Amino acid sequence: MRTTIPIFLATLALVSPATAADKLTVYTYESFTAEWGPGPIVEKAFEAECGCDVEFVSVADGVALLNRVRLEGASGRADVVLGLDTNLTREAADTGLFAPHGLSPTDLTVPGGWTDTTFLPFDYGYFAVVYDSEALKTPPASLKDLVEGDPEDKIVIQDPRTSTPGLGLVLWMKSVYGDKAGEAWGKLKDRVLTVTPGWSEAYGLFTKGEAPMVLSYTTSPAYHVIAEKTDRYKAAAFSEGHYMQIEVAGMTKKGAENPLSAKFLAFMIGPSFQNAIPETNWMFPAAKTSKPLNPAFDELVKPAKSLLFSPDEVAANRKAWVEEWTAAMSR
Amino acid sequence: MSPGLSLRLDGVGFAYGETRMAFDLSVAASEMVAIMGPSGSGKTTMLNLIAGFETPTKGRILVGDRDVTADPPSDRPVSMIFQENNLFAHMDVFSNVALGRSPALRLSAEDRAATLDALTRVGLSGKEARLPRELSGGERQRAALARALVRRRPVLLMDEPFASLGPGLRAGMAELVGNLHRETGMTILVVTHSPEDALALAPRMVFIEAGRIVADGPTEDLLGQGGPEAVRAYVGESRSR
Amino acid sequence: MTRAGLLALGFIAILIGGAFAGLAVEAARDWSGAAGAFDVGMLRVARFTLLQATLSTVLSIAPAIFVARALSRHSSFPGRGMLLRLFAVPLGLPAIVAALGLLALYGRAGFVADLASAAGAGRWPGIYGLGGVLLAHVFFNLPLATRLLLAALETVPPDQWRLASQLGMRSGAVFRLIEWPTLRAAIPGVAALVFMLCVTSFTLVLTLGGGPAATTLEVAIYQSLRFDFEPARAVALTAVQIALTVAAVFALSRLGADMTGDANLPVAGRRPRAGNRGETFLNGVMIALAAAFVLAPMAAIVASGLQADLGRLATEPAVLKAAAQSLLFALIAALLSVLLSLSLAAMRQKLETARRGGRRSIVETLSGTGASLVLVVPPIVIGAGWFVLLRNTGGVFAVAPAMVVAVNAVMAMPFATRAIRPAHDAAATRNDRLCAQLGISGVARARLIDWPELRRPLATGFAFAMALSLGDLGVIALFGSDSVQTLPYLLYSRMGSYRTQDAAGLALLLGLLCLLLMWLAERLGRETP
Repeated sequence: MRTTIPIFLATLALVSPATAADKLTVYTYESFTAEWGPGPIVEKAFEAECGCDVEFVSVADGVALLNRVRLEGASGRADVVLGLDTNLTREAADTGLFAPHGLSPTDLTVPGGWTDTTFLPFDYGYFAVVYDSEALKTPPASLKDLVEGDPEDKIVIQDPRTSTPGLGLVLWMKSVYGDKAGEAWGKLKDRVLTVTPGWSEAYGLFTKGEAPMVLSYTTSPAYHVIAEKTDRYKAAAFSEGHYMQIEVAGMTKKGAENPLSAKFLAFMIGPSFQNAIPETNWMFPAAKTSKPLNPAFDELVKPAKSLLFSPDEVAANRKAWVEEWTAAMSR
Repeated sequence: MSPGLSLRLDGVGFAYGETRMAFDLSVAASEMVAIMGPSGSGKTTMLNLIAGFETPTKGRILVGDRDVTADPPSDRPVSMIFQENNLFAHMDVFSNVALGRSPALRLSAEDRAATLDALTRVGLSGKEARLPRELSGGERQRAALARALVRRRPVLLMDEPFASLGPGLRAGMAELVGNLHRETGMTILVVTHSPEDALALAPRMVFIEAGRIVADGPTEDLLGQGGPEAVRAYVGESRSR
Repeated sequence: MTRAGLLALGFIAILIGGAFAGLAVEAARDWSGAAGAFDVGMLRVARFTLLQATLSTVLSIAPAIFVARALSRHSSFPGRGMLLRLFAVPLGLPAIVAALGLLALYGRAGFVADLASAAGAGRWPGIYGLGGVLLAHVFFNLPLATRLLLAALETVPPDQWRLASQLGMRSGAVFRLIEWPTLRAAIPGVAALVFMLCVTSFTLVLTLGGGPAATTLEVAIYQSLRFDFEPARAVALTAVQIALTVAAVFALSRLGADMTGDANLPVAGRRPRAGNRGETFLNGVMIALAAAFVLAPMAAIVASGLQADLGRLATEPAVLKAAAQSLLFALIAALLSVLLSLSLAAMRQKLETARRGGRRSIVETLSGTGASLVLVVPPIVIGAGWFVLLRNTGGVFAVAPAMVVAVNAVMAMPFATRAIRPAHDAAATRNDRLCAQLGISGVARARLIDWPELRRPLATGFAFAMALSLGDLGVIALFGSDSVQTLPYLLYSRMGSYRTQDAAGLALLLGLLCLLLMWLAERLGRETP
C-alpha cells in the first residue's frame, strides 16, 4: 500500500502532456470530445489551420463545466470554454472570468439574432417531444395536448435538478403557461411515466418501448434516419412553439492573452467547424456551413416559434421554477 | 539435548477482569511437576504467564538465572503445548515440526535431520507428509511434542495435553512424555485433570485454587488419604463424575 | 499490524476529511446553504430515503436467509458454482444497465406486460414508483446478501453438523440451534451493508421512482453540487445522510448477537447433509425462485447485448483500450482495497483481543463498522471536495485516475472486509499464540501462515472489490474524464449519443468481465493440494 500510490502517481506524471509553446486549452463537455463527437474533427482542422496544439479538457456536462471554471477561478488553465448554454451564461459572466470575444459576426444563423459580446453560439437546437410512430398514432400537436392528453400514453422526462433537457422542459412550460405552469405540471404528472436523472436514461427507456414519448430534441429523428435508416421516431411539432437551447463558447481573461483564443472563436463560427456540428453533435449549426445539411435535417420539425428566456431571467428564476416543478410533481 | 533449567515465579500477580491471581513457585532444573486444580482456577493462566502470552501486573519470572518477565514468547527458553491448535491446519506434519527449528522455514540439512529424528522419537515416522486433519487427536499431540523436542528449550509447559485422548492413548502418551523427560532432562510442568496421569508422570504436584497455589508437595502425598481437604474434594468430585 | 491498520485508517480519513475540508473552504464564504438544507423538503426526502432503504434491506435479507440456508444444505448440485458466480455479477453492473434489464421483464413493454395482455388482464402499468425501486434494490442486494450469508453458514465447523445429525436434530432444530445463531451474528453486518448501498442509491431511485416524490438524500446532495454550487448544503446533507445511517446501523447491531466462532481446527470433512424429500423440494423451489429472479434480468441484458455488433465492438480500439483501462484501475483499486481491509481487520482483532471484554475503544470501532460508513459519503462530494483542494496545484489534470482508484478502493472496502474479516479473525485466534511462541512474524508469517490460510477469502474479497471498482465514475465529474476512459464511461457515453445497441453490447461485455473475475478469484483462492 505504501508503495502502490507513489508508483501510480509517478506513472501518471510521465504520461501527462508536455507543455508546448503554441497551445490552446479548451474546456468542454464529454460528448463533444467523444470519438464520434465534433471534437476530433475540430481539433484536426484547427491544428492544421493554426499550426498549434489544441488540448481539450472535458468534464461531465455543461453544468460541471461552469462549476469547474468557477472553482478554478483565475488560476484555471482554460483559454476557451466551450459548451455552456444560455441558461448558464449569466452566472458564467458573473464570475468575471470571461473576456469579450471582440468579434462582430454577420453570418450567424441562430434564430432571434445574437447580441452577447462575451459568448458566441456554436450550435442550437429545439427541445421536442419525440415519439414512436409505431406506438403512437396521433401525437400531441401542442404542449396543451401533451398536458391534457390520455394519461395512458406516457412520456419519459428528465429531472430539471440534474439535467439540461429536464430544465429545458420546465422553461418551456413556463414560457407557455406562465403563472399557470404549476397547475399544468399537476396535470402532466399523470402522463409522466418516470423522471430520469439524465437524457441517456430517458432515451434508453424510450427506445426500449417503455413509453411512446420522450423529451428530447427536434434533431433526434435525424440520427435515426441517417445512422439507422429508420423514420420510426419522429418529433412532434407543437403549435405554441419550441423552447431553444443555444450552446456557446467564450474566452477567459487568461485566454485573451493567447492570440489563439480569438482565432479559435472565429474558426468556431466558420464552415470547417460548423460543417461538423449537425452529424456529430446532432444540433443545428449556429453559422453558415460550406455545404448543405443532410436532407434528413430538412425533414425535421420547423418550430412555429422559438421560445427562449433571457439568461438574466433564467438566472433570477431558475431556483423558484424548479421548486415549483418539484412541488407539483411530488404531490 | 539441552538440560533443564530451574524456574521461579516470584510474587507474580495477574488480574483478569474481577479475578486476581498471585503465584509463587520454585521448580528445580529437570524436575517434572503436575499441576491440578478446578476449572477456572488459573492453571492455564499460570502457564501463559510463564510462556509470555500474558503479562504479569507485578513480580518476576526467572528461568535459570535469567529474568524473562519482559521477553516476548519466542525469546523465552520455554515451549508450550496447548490443549488444541498446536498445529497449522494447512501445513503438513513435517513443516509444522520444522517450524520449531526455523520460524521462516528455511531449513538446513541438519534441521531436516533433527525434525525427522524427533518425529521418529514420538512415533510419527512415515506420517511427515500428512496434514493435521489427517491425524488422530493423539498423533496431533505427538507432533506438537516433536516440535517441542526440536526447539530444545529447557522448559516445557503442557496444558492438558492428553485431555482429548482415550485411556489407552493417554497411557501411551504419558509413557512417551516420561521417556522424553528422562532423555532430555527438560524441566516440565504439566496441567492435568487426571490423578492417574499426575501419579504416573510427576513426583511433585502443585494444586491451584482461585488463582493461588494452595498445596505443593509429593504427588502421592497430596493425592493420598492424608492429602489436603481441597485436593480431596476436587479429586473426589472429578472421580464421581 | 497495528501500524498498517493506523495507516489504513489515516488513508481513509485523509480521503474523506480532505473532501470535507475542501468543501468547507469553499463553503466558508457562505454558510447559509447549510441552514437552508434543513427545510420541510429535506424532511420528506430523508423520510423517503429511510423508508426505501429499510424496506429494500428487509426484502433483500429475509429471502436471502432462506436461499443461503438452502444453498448451504445442498453443497453440490449441478450449476451451484455457476449460480454463485452469477450472483456476484449485479455488483459490477452500472445501475442503468440493471434497470433496463429489469424493465425488459417487468416494464410496460416487458415480458410480464406481454403475459398480462395475452391473458386479457389489460395494460400492465409497469413498476414505476416505490415498487420498482424496491425490486431493483432487491435484484442488486439479494444475491449479495445470499453470498455473504452463505459464507457465514460455511464457517460453522463441520463437527457441528455431524453432531446435529448424530443427535437426530430435525431441520427445524438445526435451523434454530445451529444455523440461526450463526446467521444472527452475520445479519447485522450484511444488513448494514445493504442498507448503506440502498441509502446512496441514485440512478435507480430516479429512473424507476416515477418522479421527484421518490428522491433520496443522495439526489439532493448531487443537486446541491450542480446548478447552484452550494458546498455548505452538500456538507450539511451528507452529514444528515451519515447520521441517519449511523443510527440505522446502531439499531441493527442491537438486533444481532455477538458470537465467537469456534476457531478450532475442523476435523470432519464436508458434511453429508440430506434432509427429507419435502425439505429438499422446498429448498429446490427456493433456489430456483432466487435464481430466476436474479438471472432473468441478466438474461434480458444478455439478449439485448447479443443484438449489438459484438464482433465490431470487441475489436474496436476504443473498447479494447477502455477494457484495459477498466481492468487496470479495478486491479489497483482492488489491491488497495484488500490491503486496507486486511490492515483494518488485523488492527481491530488485535484491539479486541487486548481489551478482554472491556470497553471498545474509538479506534476499534472505527476500524470495524466505522470504516464502512465511507459508503454513504457520495463520490461527488469526495470528488468536488478534492477538486477544490487541488484546483490551484496544477495537479488536477493528472489526479482523476488516482481519485477513481482511491475512491473505488475505499468504497469496495466494506465488501472486501465482509469476505476477509471472519476468516482472518478465526485464523488469528487459532494461530496467534503459536506464532508468538515460535517467533513466526513479519514476512515469514505472511508467507507461511496467513497467505495459505487466507488466500481464499482474500481472493473473494479481491474479486468483489474488482467487480465493484469497474463501476462508479461520479467522483470525476469535475476533474475531467480524458484520462479515465473506462468501460462504464464508454457505455454511458454511447448511450448518451443514441448508440443504445453499442451500450447494450458493452453491458454484456462488462457482465462477462465480472464473471471472468469471479472465476479467476476462485481459481486463485483454491487451495493448492
